[in-house]
Amino acid sequence: MPMADNGKLHLKKITEHHLFLPLVCLAVVLLANVIKTPNFFQVSINNGILYGYVVDVVNRSSELVILAVGMTLVTAASGGQDISVGSVMAVAGAVCCQVLSGGQVSVNSFQNPLPLAVLAALAAAALCGAFNGLLVSKINIPPMVATLILYTAGRGIAQLVTNGQITYVRVEAYKLAGGYLPGCPVPTPVFFAVGIVVLVSIIMKTTTLRLYIESVGINGSASRLVGLNSTRIKFISYVICGLLAGVAGIVASSRIYSADANNIGIYLEMDAILAVALGGNLLGGGKFSLAGSVIGAFTIQALTTTLYAMNVAADQLPVYKAIVVIIIVTLQSPVFRRFITAKLPAGRKPLTPAESEGEMQL
Amino acid sequence: MEDRIVLSMRGINKAFPGVKALKNVDFTLRSGEVHALMGENGAGKSTLIKVLTGVYEAESGEIRITGEDKPVVIHSPKEAQEKGISTVYQEITLCPNLTVAENLFLGREPRKAGFIDWKTMNRKSTELLSGLDIHVSPTKQLDGCSLAVQQMIAIARAVDMQCRVLILDEPTSSLDDEEVGKLFSLMRKLKDQSVGIIFVTHFLEQVYAVSDRITVLRNGELVGEFMTQDLPRLKLVAKMMGKDFDDLAEIKHAHRKEFEEIPVVEAESLGRRGSIKPFDLTARKGEVMGFTGLLGSGRSELVRTIYGADKADNGTLKIKGKTVRINTPLDAMKKGMAYLPEDRKRDGIIADLSVRENIIIALQAKRGMFRPMRRKEAEEFADRYIELLQIKTASRETPLKSLSGGNQQKVIIGRWLLTHPEYLILDEPTRGIDVGTKTEIQKLVLNLADEGMSVAFISSEVEEMLRTCSRMAVLRDGEKVGELFGEDLTQEKIMKTIAGGEHANG
Repeated sequence: MPMADNGKLHLKKITEHHLFLPLVCLAVVLLANVIKTPNFFQVSINNGILYGYVVDVVNRSSELVILAVGMTLVTAASGGQDISVGSVMAVAGAVCCQVLSGGQVSVNSFQNPLPLAVLAALAAAALCGAFNGLLVSKINIPPMVATLILYTAGRGIAQLVTNGQITYVRVEAYKLAGGYLPGCPVPTPVFFAVGIVVLVSIIMKTTTLRLYIESVGINGSASRLVGLNSTRIKFISYVICGLLAGVAGIVASSRIYSADANNIGIYLEMDAILAVALGGNLLGGGKFSLAGSVIGAFTIQALTTTLYAMNVAADQLPVYKAIVVIIIVTLQSPVFRRFITAKLPAGRKPLTPAESEGEMQL
Repeated sequence: MEDRIVLSMRGINKAFPGVKALKNVDFTLRSGEVHALMGENGAGKSTLIKVLTGVYEAESGEIRITGEDKPVVIHSPKEAQEKGISTVYQEITLCPNLTVAENLFLGREPRKAGFIDWKTMNRKSTELLSGLDIHVSPTKQLDGCSLAVQQMIAIARAVDMQCRVLILDEPTSSLDDEEVGKLFSLMRKLKDQSVGIIFVTHFLEQVYAVSDRITVLRNGELVGEFMTQDLPRLKLVAKMMGKDFDDLAEIKHAHRKEFEEIPVVEAESLGRRGSIKPFDLTARKGEVMGFTGLLGSGRSELVRTIYGADKADNGTLKIKGKTVRINTPLDAMKKGMAYLPEDRKRDGIIADLSVRENIIIALQAKRGMFRPMRRKEAEEFADRYIELLQIKTASRETPLKSLSGGNQQKVIIGRWLLTHPEYLILDEPTRGIDVGTKTEIQKLVLNLADEGMSVAFISSEVEEMLRTCSRMAVLRDGEKVGELFGEDLTQEKIMKTIAGGEHANG
């Protein structure tokens, strides 16, 4: 039956695509949403602004998408995660608001030009990234430990910047990044997220960074011998990650037109790591898919929305997220896959020469 | 020495997909002897040891241990240990952050009322250590001890666990001469306690210094068992390399070209502490220069130093007459060098990347991050080398890890040819590769040299080197000890130079 064979082949192609599992996860979560709230996909326009659950999910996930992009690069290059991104967001938000307020607690007009504040915030965030990158690439500290420093210290630094207060910038122009542009029904954070994803994708396409990051992440020793500077490449990935955390921090701070050092980006680092994992990326480094991470970010935000719709209290959310993480990580683990292939002898693949060679070690 | 057999392995067979690792191998160990297990890379030493320690299971053959009336089947290293077979590896497998005593008794601590009896443990440790002349306090933390002492502690642990067969797998690789001496006196002491010791090493000196008997393996087959005193060094080298010294066939070179003496790379007392002693070297245009010596003789270290894979701390390097500083591989690449590393899996392939990406990556790295190759160009390059080197791959986008070893190697060769090097270093390019591909690679090397490339060629197979090289540098124990060319380029001469020393009386 050639037809059936053909169909099987097609199906196999689809299931083996690297975005298959992430998309299935997203679909499952969305399905749960639709069951719970039938009008989930309903979108309406009120006062020239888009409304609806789906719009909310996309809007709310913007910072996460931005962080996930940076996290993907760091993970691919160094085989570890940057857990300081949430704190770096707070630092960027604090720097931005503090420059705008000129040191006052609450202002109704910019005390300094907005571009200056944004540049200062991004510079601070990039500096944080550079610090992480230095520790990881040059001093060889495991990423989790290296970034733990700013994870804990970052919010303190943000507090220092704002003198321990919550700085408010009550200026309409500042609310734009986290709100709506005049005459535009789509929330601005979405543009930030799309912009970052497009920008980074273009960089990956037009420079060799993608190839270098993957190569260093897969085999550092071989990469060095073909002339790649793995230290520099890891460093760059951390700087980019910090910079993106800065962008996310500005957006988050604009949403609440203030610098709340204790709450901006809180727990978001874990969601970002989860997004990378959900996207089918190996947390051990190597090949990566930005699209996967973006899908992962949407999945998490949709999951959060579902849980809220099910009246789960905010402080219980992590428990349910943890359960989802366990399921997904198990699904993707080699042990589970081996278990499945053992159960399905027909689907068993012969050892590839490379694998069998590895076992030999003559 | 009493001739009591403690261990006999008969007709051991073990195959891996595509390779027969052990073919009908016999091995006999007597109590109170040091038995050296010798062979080049891929000879089957490690496989034999792993069969013995239960890491692998042999397909056929039997293992007998004294005291058991039936042949034994060993399923795991733990079982091996219970049967009295202990292994001490080159890398220390103890816990560095525990004390000496804790390491000695880890997992079998003396107990009193359910708690560890520290007093007894330390007392027993002191007794054990002093009995073996190891002078170290049992309460000292292990990583405060020298490597040699750590190794001896591992041995002491094995001894205390009533081992009758002690396997020392390359125990001396990271020890200095004095430490080796100490280890040897410990080995002799164990001999007196009638422990049978299997000693795996690449150092010829040490084999002659301490062993009683030598078993030589080659290509998974037993070459023979010899008394050390009856086997001159040269004969041992010949047996390991697979040529009987008596019937060495002279290989005449069909044509020996005249070289214009244009040096491409010149090294002057280049060296690196702890890996290769300072050496002089001149690589000429259009010449294939071989580097030979037993494994661990420093042939890889030598070329790695030239390439900057390990930075030289000594001497000068000139490329086409100009003194250069090479700090990283990229520096070397920019000066026209290319390096195919010895360990393909660890240093060569970037497994998850596609064939295309693996081929272009070196050229891309040379061009720089902001001058990316166009996709079309990259595809053309990949296709060209897939075609030129006859790489068998489903497509250029196939991940490199799913190709066979030989084809992976060709991809790496393609990667370097694409950079158009003037000095190409090939470290074991034909290892673990089928015969057909081997010949292809040899031909390719000769062609490249004809086109004017200078090639450095390392191989464990002397015949292969004789076929391809017109000059050969010989290394022994981390030092370049000679250079052979012209009429001197014969197996006999090479082996004599490799063996060196006063025992070269074959």
